[in-house]
Amino acid sequence: MNHPASAIAPCWSCKGPVASRALFCSVCGAVQGPGIVDHYTRLGLPRSFDIDQDALERQYLGLQRRVHPDRFASKSPREKALSQAQATALNDAHDTLKDPLRRAAYLLGLLGSPVDLTACGTINDRALLMEQMEMREALAEAGTRERVAQLAMEAESAMIACQCGISAAFNANDLDQAGHLAIRLKYLSRLAEEARAKKTRITRTP
Amino acid sequence: MLLQLHEPGESPAPHEQDRGLAVGIDLGTTNSVVALAQGGAVEVLRDGDGQALIPSVVQYDEDGSVIVGREARRMILEKPEQVVSSVKRLMGRGIEDLKSLAGTLPFRLDSAAEGGMVRLRVAGRTLTPVEVSADILRALRARAEEAQGKDVDRAVITVPAYFDDAARTATKDAARLAGLEVLRLVNEPTAAALAYGLDHGAEGLYAVYDLGGGTFDLSILRMEKGVFQVRATGGDAALGGDDIDHAVAEHFLAERAATRGDVTLTEGEVMQALAAARVAKECLSTQREGDWMIEVGGIATRHSLTRETLDALAAPWLDRTVEICRQVIEDAGIDVADIQGVVLVGGSTRMPLVRSSVKALFGRDPLANINPDEVVAVGAALQAEALTAGSDTLLLDVTPLSLGIETMGGIVEKLIPRNTPIPVAMAQEFTTYQDGQTAMTIHVVQGEREMVDQNRSLARFVLRGIPPMAAGAARIRVTFTVDADGLLTVTASEGSTGIEQQVAVKPSYGLTEDEMATMLRDSLEHAREDMDSRLLAETVVEARRSVLAVQAALGVDSDLLSADERKGIDDAIAEVERTIASSDRDAVTAAMDALEAATKTFAERRMDRGIRQALAGVAIDSLDESIGG
Repeated sequence: MNHPASAIAPCWSCKGPVASRALFCSVCGAVQGPGIVDHYTRLGLPRSFDIDQDALERQYLGLQRRVHPDRFASKSPREKALSQAQATALNDAHDTLKDPLRRAAYLLGLLGSPVDLTACGTINDRALLMEQMEMREALAEAGTRERVAQLAMEAESAMIACQCGISAAFNANDLDQAGHLAIRLKYLSRLAEEARAKKTRITRTP
Repeated sequence: MLLQLHEPGESPAPHEQDRGLAVGIDLGTTNSVVALAQGGAVEVLRDGDGQALIPSVVQYDEDGSVIVGREARRMILEKPEQVVSSVKRLMGRGIEDLKSLAGTLPFRLDSAAEGGMVRLRVAGRTLTPVEVSADILRALRARAEEAQGKDVDRAVITVPAYFDDAARTATKDAARLAGLEVLRLVNEPTAAALAYGLDHGAEGLYAVYDLGGGTFDLSILRMEKGVFQVRATGGDAALGGDDIDHAVAEHFLAERAATRGDVTLTEGEVMQALAAARVAKECLSTQREGDWMIEVGGIATRHSLTRETLDALAAPWLDRTVEICRQVIEDAGIDVADIQGVVLVGGSTRMPLVRSSVKALFGRDPLANINPDEVVAVGAALQAEALTAGSDTLLLDVTPLSLGIETMGGIVEKLIPRNTPIPVAMAQEFTTYQDGQTAMTIHVVQGEREMVDQNRSLARFVLRGIPPMAAGAARIRVTFTVDADGLLTVTASEGSTGIEQQVAVKPSYGLTEDEMATMLRDSLEHAREDMDSRLLAETVVEARRSVLAVQAALGVDSDLLSADERKGIDDAIAEVERTIASSDRDAVTAAMDALEAATKTFAERRMDRGIRQALAGVAIDSLDESIGG
């Protein structure tokens, strides 16, 4: 929270002061637009990579229940538009924080150490490169459903280990290591996805 | 009268009782149903004979009269040139979309029409699918009004989850033509889940298998404490029970051709063969075999069919549904074993082979205790009541298809992947590739394939007014928003200058605003009044809200005003209230402007006080620091 006065804006409806992260004006009850706050603040969660999934769902659904456009179906166009903007912002926050990879990237950005996960260029890290080549080769050669399922499981357990590493790195405030592991997590999750897709293909055509 | 308490922001619109009723409508390919929920109890509205289903068939007589329903369906054989059926398959479709279906559709397309949505030739008239659907909606509206003796002007209308943006827009346009305000477009499987969830207090993961006349979808939903969250959805907008009818009809005609040789069939004969095939399919849901008659060239032939043969004919279509189910389950990131129940929707799920295929895939008997023909309308009616009277349930839906834009070489760049929760907004930055370039074209497509031409074209639009600068210097930020109805809107702004632009999206297969305006004028003599009264209603809602807001502010901060200032505001409020009673929209607007001016100083003082208090460390009340667990 910066200067306290910057956290206040006029309510569009009664024109009085309202906290910029408030969903509703406390005086006139009008729905407000989504303030410019980070995803953790929006969902009322502590800023950490370790996230309580139940709390995330509870906060998201509780807030969505109040601002979703379905609550404003017979309101004025302006209130409809604001509620849609609120619901959109909540979906964005929830989708970002729910997924460990996106959450890691987002948190790195918030902490001033952004990592670009969309650039699918070369892997600079030799060890990661070797690991990925081996896993991909194994998946390409796998011919039975059991073998593919085994590889999918291996990728998934590597992902869990990777997430634990990311958590430890954040807790040690080692952002370089967190970014490094986030990139590994990205490759592992793509591999796991391809393994699942291959498993489905094999199941379909016995 | 009971006293009702509402939380801020959750109170129903003032004078809700002034409005007409809000109904739920299942606008189906083969049949449509309308239902009304009051106090959580749903009534499916039936005709004098107790029939809930209104065949989605419209007859346009030479004398200009329009007949919808069973009477129109009876005329399919007698006057096929006047009758339109299965029009839902054409919603938001272009003529090139239908090439693959050529010969199987009971339509006469207007081949002269170029681009845009297909046009039908019916009894010497040219009609769009939107107009035909509007006629069906008018009949449903009339049935509801007759049954209730009240005006019906709002509806929740269901669409297949797999409907793309063009088809959704077309459905909404049809409702507008029929004088219905669409409260929400709800996906059919979601509506079905709502009907089951509320009736049975179901919790956990459920699959909804919806095989209608012309469409198939499977959706995975999580139901928990009144929240219906769609996890994944998928389907085929051109796969349904009609395909099985065609397969059976072709089987009959092939049998006939084997003994009597090939003949060219008239349109009426094809329709009659299809009707016989449908009856055969429906009868074989309860009996094991039977004989049916086909008449060609005035000579009838008898054809027997067993359930085994029917199953063999239907199997390719049902295998395709099973394949889609597997894909959706994979998309949801779950195992079949995680699914606690399967809900069957759509008349075609009465086929024993459907039930056994579903049971084999999911390893459990499907739920079918609500009539599969009515369950969607029941859910829609519940949602209509929830949207107008308030409710604790929450529907969280997803985008059924990925949304992307065309990039170099006709490759699609996905912006919003399928199964993203809606509403959703995604911004993308574009830049110019030539010095001094002032315009660029953006092509939006929907679908899962990699190449543009393998997906559905949604819209093309041109961004103009880009300030001329060096190639790559302009920063054009385009925001794609999908609302809770699953409809797309686009806005754009130029980053370096901040020029904001409203983007006129020309739908590839929709109707333009001009076409809609013309149709509204032509089709409804009351359209003008309807439009005026809607605008007045909106202005009045807005005016009442402003007055309440000012009164609330006076309740907490009136000490900031002198007696004179207070009187000025009170007078302005009285004037707004007087104009509301006068039903003169311009007068209401003028009185609201005056109220805004009269409260300007008051608002400034309130902001000053708020900021002073914040600086002094006094917390501004926020209603939602956290949600209780």
